[in-house]
Amino acid sequence: MSHDHSLYPETMPQNPEKATLEGKNKFLGLWFFLGGETVLFASLFGTYLALKDSTAGGPSSEELFGLELVFIMTVLLLTSSLTSVYAMYHMRNNDFKKMQLWLGITALLGIGFLGLEIYEFSHYITEYGFTFRSSAFGSAFYALVGFHGGHVTFGICWIIALMIRNARRGLNLYNAPKFNTYSLYWHYIDVIWVFVFTVVYLMGKVG
Amino acid sequence: MSLAATQKKGFGAFLWDYLTTVDHKKIAHLYLAGGGFFFLLGGIEAVIIRIQLIKPENDFISAGLYNEMITMHGTTMIFLAAMPILLGLMNAAMPLQIGARDVAFPFLNSLGFWLFMFGGILLNLSWFLDGAPDAGWTSYAALAMDSPGHGVDFYVAGLQIAGAGTLMGGINFLVTVVTMRAPGMTYMRMPLFTWATFITSVLILFAFPALTINLFLLMFDRMFGTAFFDVSLGGNTIIWQHLFWIFGHPEVYILILPLFGLFSDVFSTFSRKRLFGYTAMVFATMLIAFLGFMVWAHHMFTVGLGPVANSIFAVATMAIAVPTGIKIFNWLATMWGGSVKINAAMLWALGFIPSFTIGGMTGVMLGSAVADFQYHDTYFVVAHFHYVIVGGTVFGIFCGLHYWWPLLFGKILNETMGKLTFWTFFIGFHLTFFIQHFLGLMGMPRRYWVFLENQGLDLGNLISTIGAFFMSFAVIVFLINIVHTAVKGEKAPADPWDGRTLEWATESSPPPYYNFKQLPLTRGLDPLWIEKTEGKGHMTPAEPLGDVHMPNGSFLPFLMSLGFFVAGLGFIYQTDEKLWYIALYGGMAFALLMMIIRSVKDDHGYYIKKEEFEREAE
Repeated sequence: MSHDHSLYPETMPQNPEKATLEGKNKFLGLWFFLGGETVLFASLFGTYLALKDSTAGGPSSEELFGLELVFIMTVLLLTSSLTSVYAMYHMRNNDFKKMQLWLGITALLGIGFLGLEIYEFSHYITEYGFTFRSSAFGSAFYALVGFHGGHVTFGICWIIALMIRNARRGLNLYNAPKFNTYSLYWHYIDVIWVFVFTVVYLMGKVG
Repeated sequence: MSLAATQKKGFGAFLWDYLTTVDHKKIAHLYLAGGGFFFLLGGIEAVIIRIQLIKPENDFISAGLYNEMITMHGTTMIFLAAMPILLGLMNAAMPLQIGARDVAFPFLNSLGFWLFMFGGILLNLSWFLDGAPDAGWTSYAALAMDSPGHGVDFYVAGLQIAGAGTLMGGINFLVTVVTMRAPGMTYMRMPLFTWATFITSVLILFAFPALTINLFLLMFDRMFGTAFFDVSLGGNTIIWQHLFWIFGHPEVYILILPLFGLFSDVFSTFSRKRLFGYTAMVFATMLIAFLGFMVWAHHMFTVGLGPVANSIFAVATMAIAVPTGIKIFNWLATMWGGSVKINAAMLWALGFIPSFTIGGMTGVMLGSAVADFQYHDTYFVVAHFHYVIVGGTVFGIFCGLHYWWPLLFGKILNETMGKLTFWTFFIGFHLTFFIQHFLGLMGMPRRYWVFLENQGLDLGNLISTIGAFFMSFAVIVFLINIVHTAVKGEKAPADPWDGRTLEWATESSPPPYYNFKQLPLTRGLDPLWIEKTEGKGHMTPAEPLGDVHMPNGSFLPFLMSLGFFVAGLGFIYQTDEKLWYIALYGGMAFALLMMIIRSVKDDHGYYIKKEEFEREAE
């Protein structure tokens, strides 16, 4: 590894995010971490499936969910996955400004998703009295969807911190792996949402 | 930091060094010290349990205190003693065995330790604050939800923090083995202990998140009024049992697989023979790990999952005996025809084989779902899991400490005292637990604080307690041995056992902080042994002498863990007094701030210059 970490278009390696041992370690470490996260969410999905009909006299999933809102949320989050791919594409071309732009759009889409989710939760609580405490179904629903929302929140904070920190110095071999691990994490959160959408909302509406 | 700076230091500098270290060898010291402390604590709890059961209807401790003792004995021994000591041994030996200078994430390594330490302290603070948790180490929800006071809350918060640390350790070891192996160290040339570390880390990675979620559910129910386990609102307490054992069964393999690896190395070293069936040993380890995830419901045969589920899990359980049997026979075959040297480390390994095999056989008996209805919740189960955890894990830990003490501290433990420890512990162990099989078959239930007179249980319990005293004596001798060795022990050479693997190929004992000046070139299994048999005696360097990149120390892991510790107290007490929200949010904010500092401040590490090595060599 060279002592000078700055990247110039003419000397830049093919994959700056994996050009150093530290970068490779971060990449691999995040993949392993996501493996653990899979078990984490699987446990929550299992709990949810076991408790989804335990409404204790409260509203059921058919009465609660509106697929229109969830559809918009899904579009926002899946699009943010695409924009983070664009950001990584520009990172590999060493175009820092465009990378920042697409990361910014990714963060905005994430914030939009989060806003709608907060609206959704408050709607359930105020209109239906459906809370974390009202039934086992409520507990399991808010735990699963809330854990996902928490992951989205963490991802948004992460990328904003990275963007601000590196705004003035551009890409180098030290921070390229950081952007890359963020992008992997973000994709993963989107994949989890696909399962949440299917298992919680679609199956909740028809199952 | 230069080489000269590592010479002589005052106590303050020494303390600061350990608080900020990211060196895997020093983190190993920390893990062993922390785990050792909790091992003594758990041992004292065990002796108190045995004194209570020394005679019928004893009133040495109250029923409530007895519940706290058994809960804390189990929780402490598994989460705060055995696992950290194992992580300590892994830290001490694994990076050296693959010829690396450090682990993949030195900062994370340190954070993992401090999270464990603060989690353990938080859990044990319960003794002084509100009474310890009393729902058993399994903390089944029906019982835990009913437990008054804050005991179970301490269990939840303490284990959550310690568990996060373990998960980090697991990810760190996985990446280290994949990316940091020295030139020529292919997967199938790795020592068995490294293999076991790798596979154990996979188990940690996939098992611990289930516990994380389970603890969250219990926390939400106990502290924030949710209804996961509240049957009146549609909750289901069996969810706890499933999630607990989905974590808990792999956990017992997390406790034993590293020692399987260690014993393989020890048998091979002290028989002066290549390990018999290396490939079979590797794949048997993988198979055990894989099957370990498929058998959790054998802890729940009596729950009523139905005959089909019970049969499937019973068959899967008994299948584990096959790879384990492969291992036992391979160890025996390794010694067969070797020039076996019996010292303290080897004694523990030899004692392990019959002890663990007995535990394995009772495991197969318990795996039979029909018979399990008879054994369930009796002392037969207690005897079984102590035979595998003490006869396997604790024997292995002692073996590993004797074997790697030179690697850890540069001295060899006293052999005479080591042998005395082994024999008294070995005899005491079998005295304590063998008789418990029969107590269990005669119907003595576990976790009861008294038993009645003249039911055929009196003599058995007395013998069992006497055995516990033998084990206590053995541990005290071991402690004296440590002090004696530290004060009077002779300096060990770099390769005291005529070793075969790379941890013995460094220039001194203990190894220098950069491990290897030049990374060694591995030419096959047992790389050091190959060089010895071919007359060279030392490793060929795989690279020219050059600058060595080293990570910077950091105080942030300690501070982050402290933040979570304070937040944990906040979580526990906010149910009584809203003011505790300050601790909750304050602790979280502080930990988050430390994370942001870590993220924002660049940490490029430093280089030991080639010239420094050359100067030192002159």
